[in-house]
Amino acid sequence: MENKIYDPKMECISRDELFEIQSKRLAETVRRVYDNVPLYRKRMDEKGVRPEDIKTRDDLRLLPFTEKTDLRDCFPFGLLAAPKKEIVRIQGSSGTTGKPIVSGYTANDIEVWTEMVARALTAAGAGPDDIIQVAYGYGLFTGGLGAHQGAQRVGAMVIPMSSGNTQRQLMMMKELGSTMLCCTPSYATYLGETAREMGIVDDLKLKSGCFGAEPWSEEMRRNLEGLLNIDAMDIYGLTEIAGPGVSFECCAKNGCHVNEDHVIPEIIDPVTGEPMPYGVPGELVFTTITKEGQPMLRYRTHDICVLYDDPCPCGRTHVRMGRITGRTDDMLVIRGVNVFPSQIESVLVGINGVAPHYVIIAERENYTDSLEVQVELTENMFSDTVAHIETLRRQIADQIKSVVGIQCKITLVAPRSIPRSEGKAKRLIDNRKI
Amino acid sequence: MFIKQVSVFLENAKGTLKELTRVLGENEINLLALSIADTAGFGIIRCIVKSGDVDKSIEVLKENGYIAKANEVLCVGMPHKPMGLANILALIEESDISIEYSYSFCRSTLDDAVIIIRPSDKEKCAKILSDAGVHIISQQEVDKF
Repeated sequence: MENKIYDPKMECISRDELFEIQSKRLAETVRRVYDNVPLYRKRMDEKGVRPEDIKTRDDLRLLPFTEKTDLRDCFPFGLLAAPKKEIVRIQGSSGTTGKPIVSGYTANDIEVWTEMVARALTAAGAGPDDIIQVAYGYGLFTGGLGAHQGAQRVGAMVIPMSSGNTQRQLMMMKELGSTMLCCTPSYATYLGETAREMGIVDDLKLKSGCFGAEPWSEEMRRNLEGLLNIDAMDIYGLTEIAGPGVSFECCAKNGCHVNEDHVIPEIIDPVTGEPMPYGVPGELVFTTITKEGQPMLRYRTHDICVLYDDPCPCGRTHVRMGRITGRTDDMLVIRGVNVFPSQIESVLVGINGVAPHYVIIAERENYTDSLEVQVELTENMFSDTVAHIETLRRQIADQIKSVVGIQCKITLVAPRSIPRSEGKAKRLIDNRKI
Repeated sequence: MFIKQVSVFLENAKGTLKELTRVLGENEINLLALSIADTAGFGIIRCIVKSGDVDKSIEVLKENGYIAKANEVLCVGMPHKPMGLANILALIEESDISIEYSYSFCRSTLDDAVIIIRPSDKEKCAKILSDAGVHIISQQEVDKF
């Protein structure tokens, strides 16, 4: 595929120049959060780090880490580093225990995020002649609006379909002649399979797509490219940092370039927290260096991957992340939604009569993830009528849906049928082969 | 006026019904009537045992890891011929009572056919049926089956 670069000056900048920019922006960010965010000030004081100690990007290792639980504990506005009146947007995702996490964006934050997505889409071939169908969900989830803004920025025609309604997606794709698709790779696969069944693949004008919000594999890429006759590109992001576009694939299809002029990536040892060199797998950590609304210092993603700094044939100098190969915690990504077993547990204990004996089983069939929650029935829940038990089952499913954001299959099982383990209960069985 | 029924939760899986009946059988508990409500995921076994066996049934089932509960249902006798059940259901319907479930005894000491009804309002249902002259079968009668 063609090698297109949105901002060659910044994306192909020399590593030395980039180091200077990162150092300056990091120092500004640290000063900003120290002056405006009580949590960061407290953490830095505890570590004995002063803002003036952060002179270059190499001083990053002096700074404290930030965790997803910090976003929950400071919900909703405790981490804002800008006056609330300067915040123009809130995006969010599910937290670890039912309370969502949110991120506030200033106008400039939206601008930066838009540009990051524009870089990603351009790398996937986008330009003013393109018709980009956005089939990520629109709303608090960053996927829909993120892709939308970036697509508009490159001058493309945007079709804001949001997710779901596959028949209508394909009808619009065919009738409007969409040339690019943005959605999760599993949904793209489902669209591709449905298009094959309907025999309309040859009527489509798709040339490429940017797929993200969930981990996927080279095998899924090959399958998806074959199904829809497209170049399938990876895009990575998280709400806490910006949204999709934190990193993205280029024509080399060999890892995602991190937008390093806005975000500094690190790999750390997940146990000791020590920074690791490029080329070694570990936990991915991000520090935002241009964000005004809700900057993040050394945010631990708990995603495991490798960073590569060897030259890329595309000419971009920003480091690349390999595919996410796992998690250091028990978070699952199901159809683009982050799911923690603790969220499901909080729902179950909140329902009268439900014992906290449950197990969550993730499956992947035809490239689509599903989640089953097996819950042991208790005497309180049992009655002689099917209607009563079915109502309870629906109630559990509905409450999980409202907290976690996805539909789970609830299976009621006999008491003591879920194996008890010594120590920490095994709450999660992930049968997916990604 | 009502008779005791034992309900048990079963997973919808191979061998679970056999295991349940074995537990009851080995404890010398005889099933007088049995019904199985099955859904895709689970089943509810409802059965009638002699009144003296109700507490024992629940006890042994719980000991073996089952969830079991007793409740009361209506037991009705009717002529063992066409329209026997239809006439009784007509009376129930006229009174605006709905039926959650119903099942029958295979065998009794009576000439009548015997069915079990779980009405939405069992007091009202028993009254309208007995006012209409329908034979409401007592626990004592069932215990002699």
